[in-house]
Amino acid sequence: MAAGNTDVIRLGGAEKQFGAANVDIVRLDAAEKHFGAVRALGGVDFHVGPGECVGLVGHNGAGKSTLMHMVAGTLKPDSGAIGVHGGIEENYSVSRAQQLGIRCVFQELSLCPNLSVAENTRINHASLSGFGWRRKAAGLIAAKLDEIFPDHGISAWDIVGDLSIGRRQMVEVARAFTVTQDRLDLVILDEPTSSLDAHTAGQLLAFVRRFVAGGKSCILISHVLGEVLRNADRIVVMRDGKMVASDAAAAFDRDRLVTVMGGTEAREKTAAKAAAAKPGNSPLRVRARPAGQTDGKDLVARAGEIIGLAGLAGHGQTDLLLRIFDAAARAKTGIEVTAPVALVAGDRQSDGIFPQWSIAQNIGIRSLARLRNGLLISPRREAELADMWKKKIGIRTPDMNNNIFSLSGGNQQKALFARALGSDAEIVLMDDPMRGVDIGTKLEVYDLVREEAGRGRTFLWYTTETEELDNCDHIYVFKNGRIVANLTRDELTEEKIIQSSFGDAA
Amino acid sequence: MTATPIDNGFKGSAARNAAARARLLRGLLPALSLALVLLAIAWLNPRAISYFGFSLMLNLAIPIALATIAQMFVIAGNELDLSIGTFVGFVGCVTATWLKDAPLIGVIILLGSIGVYALLGALIHLRNLPSIVVTLGMSFVWQGLAILFLPKPGGKAPDWLLAIMAFKPPFIPFPIIAALLIAATVHFGLMRTSYGVILRGSGGNPAALRRAGWSVLKTKIVLFSLAGLFGVLSGMALIGITTSADANIGNGYTLLAIAGVILGGGEFVGGRVSPIGAVIGALTLALAASPLLTFMHIPPDWQVAANGAILIIVLAARVLISRRER
Repeated sequence: MAAGNTDVIRLGGAEKQFGAANVDIVRLDAAEKHFGAVRALGGVDFHVGPGECVGLVGHNGAGKSTLMHMVAGTLKPDSGAIGVHGGIEENYSVSRAQQLGIRCVFQELSLCPNLSVAENTRINHASLSGFGWRRKAAGLIAAKLDEIFPDHGISAWDIVGDLSIGRRQMVEVARAFTVTQDRLDLVILDEPTSSLDAHTAGQLLAFVRRFVAGGKSCILISHVLGEVLRNADRIVVMRDGKMVASDAAAAFDRDRLVTVMGGTEAREKTAAKAAAAKPGNSPLRVRARPAGQTDGKDLVARAGEIIGLAGLAGHGQTDLLLRIFDAAARAKTGIEVTAPVALVAGDRQSDGIFPQWSIAQNIGIRSLARLRNGLLISPRREAELADMWKKKIGIRTPDMNNNIFSLSGGNQQKALFARALGSDAEIVLMDDPMRGVDIGTKLEVYDLVREEAGRGRTFLWYTTETEELDNCDHIYVFKNGRIVANLTRDELTEEKIIQSSFGDAA
Repeated sequence: MTATPIDNGFKGSAARNAAARARLLRGLLPALSLALVLLAIAWLNPRAISYFGFSLMLNLAIPIALATIAQMFVIAGNELDLSIGTFVGFVGCVTATWLKDAPLIGVIILLGSIGVYALLGALIHLRNLPSIVVTLGMSFVWQGLAILFLPKPGGKAPDWLLAIMAFKPPFIPFPIIAALLIAATVHFGLMRTSYGVILRGSGGNPAALRRAGWSVLKTKIVLFSLAGLFGVLSGMALIGITTSADANIGNGYTLLAIAGVILGGGEFVGGRVSPIGAVIGALTLALAASPLLTFMHIPPDWQVAANGAILIIVLAARVLISRRER
């Protein structure tokens, strides 16, 4: 079908020059977009040719999402022109984009949780109707899932709300590649691997390479720079609503990318020395045993430690964090917690943010007791707390009284960190909080976490990104709801984690 | 692209199986509660379990089921209709007056009222108004119009309507056949057709629908029109049974309809509704409302409160089961 089954991984530059179809699939000229006083895009020229995978990187708020919304037809530029397949589009819209073969997998999941996988597929294909549409839709999505993620374990009749967030992302990605009557030339993947574990992310990226080798195109947005470097043919870097670099992927390496993005210099190695010597006899903060653990292994966290929870996504890490959180309020067997706890949620839209509230209110909610003045919340103290964290964690906003949604995704996550760190909690649980956050923000938060750990706070940190585990003193690897390995930082290598995650734990 | 085998459920994780089990349990809960009420009635008064008994006990279940379906369409789009009760009363008054005396005008009024429902859907969507406020306001409008048409109880149902509602099929009582027919029709329309998916999706994730190029305005208009249509059917069915009308005849239906939807496994937000469940919920409420309580020798003064207690018990069981899903 569309993608072909060739094993070609990289298409040489010369081969792309063949054929009459060598017209840009999409081209934006001098696209500008303002949201109120904020300039989201300031005159961007952007194009994607056939058979190429364009990597798009930049900080949160650099304008990547705005640009992609324009390509997908969900936003109209204030000025500038959009051309598709060589023709100028005057009334460009989502349905027009779909007719022209442009699809987008948005960062926030856009599946209907109350519908089945097959029914969600139907939503994207107006032609799936009439007699037998259910069977057709189910066959379509199942075949595509099989193609991209063999052994995915998803049935077309599963209700999406019952699936884990990783599986939902798999469905969403597979759905974007299904073809009925409309053509398919370009798929925009906005952080497609943010909820996938290393194994499925690898499957997806391999599929993207096959797709591109078949002459189709992809735009890959990812904060995992290695993914972009390894899989894109060309990389476009954005900063402050402008395109600051566009070059063949081979011309970039990690350091150059980070520099061009204007990010903080990569400082991973500082992590190692920061917590090198820590006494092993500081007071115990958490002792917890996963519900399914039978061999007596415990997770132990002491004051000032950063504990990593690793393993494939959805193997009991989040469950354990939530049980520890519950245990802080009400005693539970198998879990011992000796200090107040705060949780930084991973799914910030559904578990973290109060959508109607201001940034300051969102930060203050965990510390209401301290912000109180008699029976009421003191607006002054709330503003003080918010301003302190605005400076400390660098939340980019003109006014902390703005609605939380005025922030970009990374800055929203910063506000959630400020909520946890600004509270009296001595134990901070982090449920893969860096999902879809740009590298600059990540490095800032890593520093902050280490600094706070130096002051005696304990962090329990579930992450799907192996790089982040470098910040941890101790790593527990999870499989099927149980701890299968317990590594110190010195023992930590990616191979070891993968080995434990995939190996047979007796 | 032939029909590929799609069932690979055995690969599913334990957590997902548990979720599916809990969902199945929740899906069965409406049927279980209905069975429980029936058992109680059979135990208290075995003679009620007969053709004649069911015809009598479930007499009022048809209009309640239709009103519940109307409410379900509104709830499917994450809205709530507080005017359905007085709307049923309004339709009843029109049926007992205009529809009998001047059928053409009656039909025009009823079609127009469905059109008003469609406009309400558009208004709620376009102006981003809370449906509770709009429909609460409308409930007074319908009530006022009903009183205008029929200032004091009276009127008479059209003969053809009386004939339909008095239909006595062999073996199976008419209310049961009607309930099956309503449930099957709406289930097919909403759960099986390709546009039904879009309607439910508009409650699940409207932003996703918009991105896929569908009009959420249109889905809202369709859902509200369907609510209006089933409201009209409910009012007509009610008058077909009672033979005459009263402006206040449907007032209790608003809350009965909401309770029926929730009892039937629906949820207030998220587009999770079940037509079959809603009809079963309506039957349960209709049975629990008076036959069961009468058989239990609960004095009429206490019946409303006892009815509420039954509602709380069943809904609490539902919440407990949903909680296990998490």
